[in-house]
Amino acid sequence: MNLNKLILKNQALRRGIIAIIAALLVWEILAHWRLWFGYSLPGIGLMPPPSAVLHLWGKVLLDGSYWLSWYASYSRVLLGFCLAMLLGIPFGLMLAVNRHLHALFFPIFEILRPIPPLAWVPASLIFWPTQEMSIVFVIFLGAFYAIVINVLGGARSIDIRYLRAAQSMGAGQWSLFWRVVLPATLPSIFTGAAVGMGITWEVVVAAEMIAVGGRVYGGGLGFFVWNSFVGGSTEQAIIGMLSIGIAGYLASSLIRYIGYRLMPWHTAA
Amino acid sequence: MNSAQAGGSLSIRNVSKIYDPEGANIKALHDCSIDIAAGEICMILGPSGCGKTTLLNAVAGFHGISSGEIRLDGTLLCNTAKPQAQQGPDRMVVFQNGALFPWKTLLNNVAYGPIVQQRLSPKEARAKALDMLGEAGLADVAHKYPGEVSSGMARRAEIVRALINDPKILLLDEPYRAMDALTKAIMHENLLRIYDLKPVTIFFITHDLEEAIFLGQRVVIMTTRPATTKEIIEIDLPYPRDHRVLSSEAFRLLVTQVKASVHAEAKKAFAAGEKERA
Amino acid sequence: MSEPATISSFSLVRLLWFRTLLIFKNPSLHLGILGIFGFLLFYYLSTEAWELPRFEKLPGPVAVLKEWFSPDPMWGISLYTPDYYLHVWASVRRVGIALLIATGLGVPLGLLMGWSKVFKDYTFPILEILRPIPVLAWVPIAILMFSGTETPVIFLATLASFYVTVLNTLLGVESINPAYLRAAACLGSKRRHLFWHVILPGALPFIFTGLQISVGVSWFSLVAAEMVSGQYGLGYLVLNSYTSVTYETIVIVMVTLGIIGYANSALVRLLGRQLMQWRVRALAREKRG
Repeated sequence: MNLNKLILKNQALRRGIIAIIAALLVWEILAHWRLWFGYSLPGIGLMPPPSAVLHLWGKVLLDGSYWLSWYASYSRVLLGFCLAMLLGIPFGLMLAVNRHLHALFFPIFEILRPIPPLAWVPASLIFWPTQEMSIVFVIFLGAFYAIVINVLGGARSIDIRYLRAAQSMGAGQWSLFWRVVLPATLPSIFTGAAVGMGITWEVVVAAEMIAVGGRVYGGGLGFFVWNSFVGGSTEQAIIGMLSIGIAGYLASSLIRYIGYRLMPWHTAA
Repeated sequence: MNSAQAGGSLSIRNVSKIYDPEGANIKALHDCSIDIAAGEICMILGPSGCGKTTLLNAVAGFHGISSGEIRLDGTLLCNTAKPQAQQGPDRMVVFQNGALFPWKTLLNNVAYGPIVQQRLSPKEARAKALDMLGEAGLADVAHKYPGEVSSGMARRAEIVRALINDPKILLLDEPYRAMDALTKAIMHENLLRIYDLKPVTIFFITHDLEEAIFLGQRVVIMTTRPATTKEIIEIDLPYPRDHRVLSSEAFRLLVTQVKASVHAEAKKAFAAGEKERA
Repeated sequence: MSEPATISSFSLVRLLWFRTLLIFKNPSLHLGILGIFGFLLFYYLSTEAWELPRFEKLPGPVAVLKEWFSPDPMWGISLYTPDYYLHVWASVRRVGIALLIATGLGVPLGLLMGWSKVFKDYTFPILEILRPIPVLAWVPIAILMFSGTETPVIFLATLASFYVTVLNTLLGVESINPAYLRAAACLGSKRRHLFWHVILPGALPFIFTGLQISVGVSWFSLVAAEMVSGQYGLGYLVLNSYTSVTYETIVIVMVTLGIIGYANSALVRLLGRQLMQWRVRALAREKRG
């Protein structure tokens, strides 16, 4: 029925698909360069072709340890992320609502924030009794900053007229918080969550590469990539890399979906 | 290069425009005909969202028409065969919410047109711009950015930015929409003063009927969507006009006459529940 | 002429004095200082005075400061040793190069994508597919594709900033009020005028937001990359200090990273303010009004 728009959309879609296929083809040709033309190209010429990667992926899918890596990474990410949400949202709201707490905590928060989360890995390994806990702590830290900053910004920029309107209708402190401040901050909470989720995947991969040594199972996808690479299978390293991309994308989509369901009024404008 | 100033008669004949954004087939303009003489101030009055801006956009060349024909000084701008007019400095638009470039000072905004058209050297253009800003009482703020001056000043500067190009016709799209009544009154007198200095055809869109009567030589009343000309009222109040006109008996009578005509359309528009186009 | 000048300079001094007093009277400043001291005090008490379980393993603030300011440090890294600056310089240099590449490629690409729909249709999907892959997952490919140890690390530090720059620039172009483009067309602009006078300045605020994020992201990735594969640099140093059990150095590096990261984004903010006077002044007016 809306043919015009569909064609327009399809055009973008068609071009996107063409671009991706073209990119894969170029990669395939470059990877076969040595075989077909007798000399290898510097850089990209050493990469395995996409066909080999796909072929191996089919086999890897049947391997239990691959799925255990998924499970290990996902459980770390979710644990760290949920902790960051549980502590970050109340903390951000608290700083937004109370001027004195803001003055007390915000400067030290801002001083600690520029330290990259991964620089905390060694200190975390020293402090926490198990390696698992230290990885989760670093993941937590990465997401925590993003969530707090967004919640704080969102709650502070609430239009004062909403608050006054609610007060004039007789809202008390609690109902003001639950019915005005929280819903008005919800979009920012989800922005923070989306950013935080992106960071957790960055952190988990790095942490697994740095800190998880020697264990084949439960190492996570970051370890899977590193281990495959060290073991000489570049194909498998690329499989791991793409798997992490997919895993991260799925997690972000989930957040977007929940946000969309929780905020029917917040149309993507 | 002042030859461009001569003329400026606009003829709109049987223009229709159908939007088809999501297959909804919205008819914005239907068989609209207006003739504007050179140097006339013609006010287009109608309820919000009725399709006035669509007409202006067609004249300016921002989008095409579905049928009909628009001519400027007898030269074809667009018709059914060539639906979209070429955009050009002979028709200058002053936009609803203002479109001075926020990253240029008022002076550089005004000087921009002659420079990019390569009519004047940058130095000459700036000198002329400063002159014209001075005439409009904006010499003091010429070196400020639009974000630093009041909306009234910004709007005046925008009109100067249009006039420096010697357009044949000035297209104003509710330029004083967001202003309070007092500021508006000052802007109106200012516009008439600028017009006296430099007569140019003015095609002025508004939904404020007192504004329409105060400024215009003729008021064209549009129906609600699909917009077409409903009635044309001659305003025979003598120029120069100032705020005292507003309390005259003749003005009152005109207001009553226009209100009767417009009110029916406004009611229809309200009932249709069209979301107001910002 | 000299008299008004003295008066104004005199009142300037008074104004400055008044402002300084005001800062010190500001209760939120007191609370902020209190917060920072509280944190340091807790750090000191838990690690060095009371030696709480787990905390006693961490190096305390006194030990760290002693090491940091010592001309003859126990573990070889302090403000007085050339090694410290060697590592700092290695990291700063890498981030500098990475940011230059990311901005140099990302801004034109983003502008082009915003400029031409066809170009965007063909390039954007590829970007969107690659973007969810975390930077560190690129380590094997980076090592494989680039020789040596320096280029892979710079590649990794560039990658994330590049995405951020492209996306923000694109967003910047798409956020330009269409009325500006129409006005420019009305005024008789050609395509190149449109680019230099409307598209570029219009997208500039978003480009700078992007640059600010990109600085942080670049440090983040660099530290990670240096930890995984590097021979110099602060990321390498922090992990190396862990494996060689020189714990004071870990905290020195963390603090150094914090200071440099902060200074870095302050620098970008300053540059943005210089380039976008029109926004600074408009904002100042809004605050007054």
